[in-house]
Amino acid sequence: MLFIDPHVHMISRTTDDYEAMRKAGVVAMIEPAFWMGQPRTEAGTFKDYYSHLIGFERFRASQFGIKHYCTIGLNSKEANNEALAEAVMELLPLFVLKEGVVGVGEIGYDDQTAAEDKYYRLQLDLAKEVGLPVQIHTPHRDKRKGTIKSMEVALEHGLDPSLVIVDHNNEETVKDVLDRGFWAAFTIYPHTKMGNERMTEIVRQYGHERIMINSAADWGISDPLAVPKTAHLMLERGISEESVRMVSYQNALDAFGQSGQMQESDWLEATGIDQSLKYSGNSILRGGQTPSIETGEKDSRIIR
Amino acid sequence: MPAANISDYLLKILLPQLPAPGVTWLQKQLDNLKTEKDFYLAFSVAPRYTGKKPIILSETDQQEAENLRAGFNPQNWTTDQVARALLVRAIPHETPEQYVAILNKVFSTADLSELVTLYASLPLLPYPERHVMRAAEGVRTTMTQVFDAIALNNPYPHDYLPEEAWNQLVLKSIFNVRPLYRIYGLDARRNEALANIAIDYAHERWAAGRTLTPELWRLVGPFISAENIKDIQRLLQSPENIQKEAAALALAESNLPEAKDLLSKFPELKKQLQAGDFNWQTVGEGAYK
Repeated sequence: MLFIDPHVHMISRTTDDYEAMRKAGVVAMIEPAFWMGQPRTEAGTFKDYYSHLIGFERFRASQFGIKHYCTIGLNSKEANNEALAEAVMELLPLFVLKEGVVGVGEIGYDDQTAAEDKYYRLQLDLAKEVGLPVQIHTPHRDKRKGTIKSMEVALEHGLDPSLVIVDHNNEETVKDVLDRGFWAAFTIYPHTKMGNERMTEIVRQYGHERIMINSAADWGISDPLAVPKTAHLMLERGISEESVRMVSYQNALDAFGQSGQMQESDWLEATGIDQSLKYSGNSILRGGQTPSIETGEKDSRIIR
Repeated sequence: MPAANISDYLLKILLPQLPAPGVTWLQKQLDNLKTEKDFYLAFSVAPRYTGKKPIILSETDQQEAENLRAGFNPQNWTTDQVARALLVRAIPHETPEQYVAILNKVFSTADLSELVTLYASLPLLPYPERHVMRAAEGVRTTMTQVFDAIALNNPYPHDYLPEEAWNQLVLKSIFNVRPLYRIYGLDARRNEALANIAIDYAHERWAAGRTLTPELWRLVGPFISAENIKDIQRLLQSPENIQKEAAALALAESNLPEAKDLLSKFPELKKQLQAGDFNWQTVGEGAYK
C-alpha cells in the first residue's frame, strides 16, 4: 500500500526515519512550516528555514525515494512577536509560488490572541490571491471554539472550504468541520492529539469523505510511521481497504493537489531512487556508500 | 541564421519547444521586467508556463552554443531552465553591484531546481568575474544536483575559479563519486598540489578497504615522480582492467624515464593504449556503472 503523510516536520527527523517511512510505503510527504521548538528572533532565520524546506529537505527526501512538498506560512505562536511577524510577512511572497509549495500553512490560532488573528487573516488573503490551499493548525487549548473560529474567519475572507484543510481534529471537532465542507485532518500523535484506535472509530462513524490522517512528527515524542501504522490497524479492525486508501493517501492528494504542484505521477513515474543521486557524499551517504534500502538486509553490527 | 548573442540563441532553441501560452507568457515577461519583484515572480512561476521537458538540440544547435560561449552546451537542459536563464540574464538593473545583489537574493531563496538552474547559468551571466565567490559557495553544497550543476559540463569553474577553489571542486567530485570526465577543462587545470592531495586520498581509500575511481589517476599523470610511481605500480596489479588502463594512461602522460620503463613492462596494455582502445573518456564512462 502507498501512503502520503500530509503533515510531518522532517527537518527534525533523522535519516533512519526517512528509511523507515520509505520501507513502510510512504511515497510523498508534506512539511508545513512551523516553529522550531523555541521562538526565533530574526526574520533571516525564517528565510533560511523556508529555503531549507524547498532545498535541502527536498533533496534529503529524494535520496530515500520520497517526494517532499511543503506549505509555507508564519505559524501562530511566532505571530505574537509583531515586529518579527511584519518582517516575515514580507518574505512569504518570495516563497509561496515556488514549485512544490502546495499551500499556505500551517497557520491559525494557538493562544487565540489579537496578533495571531491579524496574521492569520493576512495569510488567508495571501492564499486567496495566489490560489493555494490553506493548512490550518487548530489550538491545543480551547480547541473546539478555536477550530470553529478558524473556519468562520476563513469563510469571512471568502475562502472556499474545499481549499482549506483543518488539522489536528478530534472527536469534538470533526462534525463541525465536515458539516461546513472543510477537509478534516487528524494527527496521530501520542499523548496530546489522536490515538490510532480512536481514529479507527472515527472513520467507522464518519466514513472516509474529506478525512485524512498525518503524523505531524517533529522534535517532540512522535511517530513518523503514524500513517502506515494507523492504516494497518484500520484494516485489521475491519475498515474497508477503500476507506483506508482514501484517508491515508487519496484525500491528501486531492486536497493539496489543488495547488497544481503535486501529482501522483511525481512518484509513480519516478523509478525508485534516482540513480544520479545515489552516490551523493558529504553528509548522508558518505563517500559512495550504497543506500541501505537498496542493499536489503544487513548485519546491523557492522559499519562500513 | 546564427544567433547574435546568448539570449537570442536561448530564445531560438526554446520557443519552438514551448506550448503556445508559454511563448506568449515568456515574451510578455521579457518585455516587461521592470522591477525586482517582476523578476522574482517570473523566475518562480516559469515552469508552470514552460513545462519541464528536455530541450531537443541538433548538432548545429550545439555547435552554435559552443561558438557563442566556449564550453556551453545545453544538451541536458530542460525548457524551464532555458526560460529561467533568459530571465536571469534580463534582471533589471543599473550597476553591476545591483545585479549581484538581486542575484544573491534569488540564490538565497531558491528551491532545489532553481539552484540547479542558477548555477548552470553562471557562464551565461553578465559580469562573470563577480560570480567567483558564488561559484565557490556552490561547490560547498551537499545537494548532488546542485553540485553537478556547477561542477559538470559547466565552463565557469575552469574559466574563473582560482586554483584553491578549483582544486576543491575536483577533490569534492572524487569524494562524492561524480564523473570527472564531465568536468569542463579538467586537463588544462591539473596542477601538482591537486595531484598530491589526490594521491593522499587514494592512500586513505586503500587503507579503509574502499573503492576508488580510476579517474583519479588522470590528475596524477603529468606529476608522476620517483616517489609516487609505486602507487601506479600497485594500480597495475589490480584485478580490474579499468584500473590498469588508468595506470597506463597516467604513465603515458609522464616524461619520467621510470614511467616509460614501467609501461614497457606491460606490452599488451601498451599496445592497446597506442591503438586507442581506451582513453580517459572511456575510463570515465566505464567507472560508474
